[in-house]
Amino acid sequence: MVEYSGASALVESLKREKVDLVFGIPGGATLPIYDALVGSGIRHVLARHEQCAAHMADGFARVSGRVGVAMATSGPGSTNLVTGIATAYLDSSPVVAITGQVPTTQLGSDAFQEVDTVGIFNPITKYVMQPRTLSDVPRAVKAAFYMASSGRTGPVVVDIPKDVQMAKGEAEFPDAITIRGYTPYIAPDLLAIERVATTLLKAAKPIILVGGGAVRSGCSPIVLAIAEHLSIPVATTLMGKGSISDDHPLSLGTIGMHGNYQANMTLTEADLILSVGVRFSDRSTMNASEFATDKIIIHLEIDPSEVDKNIKADQYVIGDLNTTARLLYETVLKKTRNLTESSWALRVKRIKEESEALLRKDTNDFLPPAILRKMRELLPPQAVVTTDVGQNQMWAQLHFKVFAPRTFITSGGLGTMGFGLPAAVGAKAFNPRVPILSIVGDGGFVMTCNALATSRTEGLPVIVCIFNNSMLGMVAQWQRMFYDRRYSAVQLESVPDMLQIAKAFGVEGIRVQSMDELEKAFRTALRSEVTTVIDIPVSPEEDVFPMVPLGGSLKDMVVKP
Amino acid sequence: MSGKGELKIFSLLVNNKPGVLFRVSSLFRRRSYNIESVSVGPTGDKSTAKMVITMLADEETADSFTRLLKRTIDVIDIVRLNPDQAIMSELALVRVKTDGLSNRNSVLAMIGAWGFKVVEITKDSVCVQVTGNPPDLENFIEMASEFGIEDVARTGVTVLEKSRPQGQA
Repeated sequence: MVEYSGASALVESLKREKVDLVFGIPGGATLPIYDALVGSGIRHVLARHEQCAAHMADGFARVSGRVGVAMATSGPGSTNLVTGIATAYLDSSPVVAITGQVPTTQLGSDAFQEVDTVGIFNPITKYVMQPRTLSDVPRAVKAAFYMASSGRTGPVVVDIPKDVQMAKGEAEFPDAITIRGYTPYIAPDLLAIERVATTLLKAAKPIILVGGGAVRSGCSPIVLAIAEHLSIPVATTLMGKGSISDDHPLSLGTIGMHGNYQANMTLTEADLILSVGVRFSDRSTMNASEFATDKIIIHLEIDPSEVDKNIKADQYVIGDLNTTARLLYETVLKKTRNLTESSWALRVKRIKEESEALLRKDTNDFLPPAILRKMRELLPPQAVVTTDVGQNQMWAQLHFKVFAPRTFITSGGLGTMGFGLPAAVGAKAFNPRVPILSIVGDGGFVMTCNALATSRTEGLPVIVCIFNNSMLGMVAQWQRMFYDRRYSAVQLESVPDMLQIAKAFGVEGIRVQSMDELEKAFRTALRSEVTTVIDIPVSPEEDVFPMVPLGGSLKDMVVKP
Repeated sequence: MSGKGELKIFSLLVNNKPGVLFRVSSLFRRRSYNIESVSVGPTGDKSTAKMVITMLADEETADSFTRLLKRTIDVIDIVRLNPDQAIMSELALVRVKTDGLSNRNSVLAMIGAWGFKVVEITKDSVCVQVTGNPPDLENFIEMASEFGIEDVARTGVTVLEKSRPQGQA
């Protein structure tokens, strides 16, 4: 029998989960684990702040569909993970975090670098475990990966006391695991699917609304097949962006507070919404009581607790979305009906024309919308874009087209500033051959710009595009619109100098002030072996439109001031 | 947020291990709902526990808690019961003040009339073990309060679903 330590049993368990890459920072309570990583074949990407390690693991998970792994020591290491893990939780991203903990004999004694990791992470994870013996470790890791990656995916934390890491003995590695009280997959109800098909075929003005669940489950090609078979227009939520190509003729783009005109208007006029893997967040639906007025809501969802939570469903099917979507497709395939020539199709066409007319009013000036369109042209279709949070994110949602699932990575639920850059570095670690663009603002960039160090030392080059208005731009926009332009604590006074930041971290930095300069900088950046920070000055007065004011419904969208 | 509506009863079968009560009670805490009572104990199978939680809520709220509890890992099974579908039982220890012999005799007579068990008698108090339906307990406590109550400890209600009458599906 091989003798294991708790730490080597952890590393062996990770390898059995096919983990070849982890993101983290070592500390006192993880010394045995870090020692066991030496020569293990698992690559460790050294972050400079645990929040970044969590966002990197999250970015890795979102582009790959695999579980991302983050590691941190006890106490401050684990509290620094909190924002990153909460971000993953709100967007259902499969992340496993391994944290060190003080020895079991010191638990609860306010020992050096001790916090109640299990208590802290409980409300922001699918599950938290604390193995108390060496033999608990393999089972805990197996359970963590199983829970993170099954059902509605999400983060799981395994908190390992130092004495457990150091304990010596035999270890058994289970091949499979069942967890009593955890039933991730529910077989969809065939009769319910039949009813949904019948209702769907009766609708005069249907729309399909696709959310992040469709991206996670990979069901979007089948959903698109349903849409194509019946000629139903498709809108997405922010989290669903990329689930179907923005270039597809049936695509309307995203709905919501800063949704596309055509998506918000078509949804408003629809008489039925077939929603797939959405949770009807307040930023998507806006006024929830008006959202469903005069509409039949059909909800296909894996998580039963989402049904009727924010929007009451007239019909729903609970189960794995791939299975549900496939069964629904087979059911509608037997029936012929096509809306191509219907008055609804004509109406949608008209709305799209209105939308395009509005877009044509957008200038080609050197402003975020045109800059984003230009960057899209300069990038290959499979390029991945990550965003930060705020104006940069909403501009990207509106003006940066994406063509495939898992190529648009954003913090939708928690809205975490500082997410964009580390998520991009994590995405690059999964897919070094694909260009990764991170669209950020000057506020959020500074929150996690230490990830530039990781990109430099670990050889993970990305392109960072900073829309630099020297403002906390979205807050400033709201202060302009709803607080009589009284600016309060939003001016960043052009500090720091982004080019010097880039230089200090050993990466390229360039400021561009025209489309030509941008194009030149981009072409160089695409070939560069280090990260390029492209600093783009933007007027602090620039607003994001369309916008639905809080309390309004989607049709109340303000298109231009 | 809490205290409105009628009594809702959740009977949960859960894994019998540390942290489960915390996970379950956190769901209520996060949404600012007060748990009226909770009682937990192992079942015949030591690896599981029965957890009975009651709250005051409308039907819609109770539905949403049912869904959240169902989703909670470690909750193996959940049954939601209305008071008329459940055999409900609770235990309370009530220490009633007595003031002289005649007063003590009156207290003991009242307890005897209810058929409850006296578990302690001191010079100036009588402690009684009260069991039954929560409304019975409340009636008793109200009557005893005329004598003066020194202390009360209640276990919280526990329930079993009523068996269906024989011969019915």
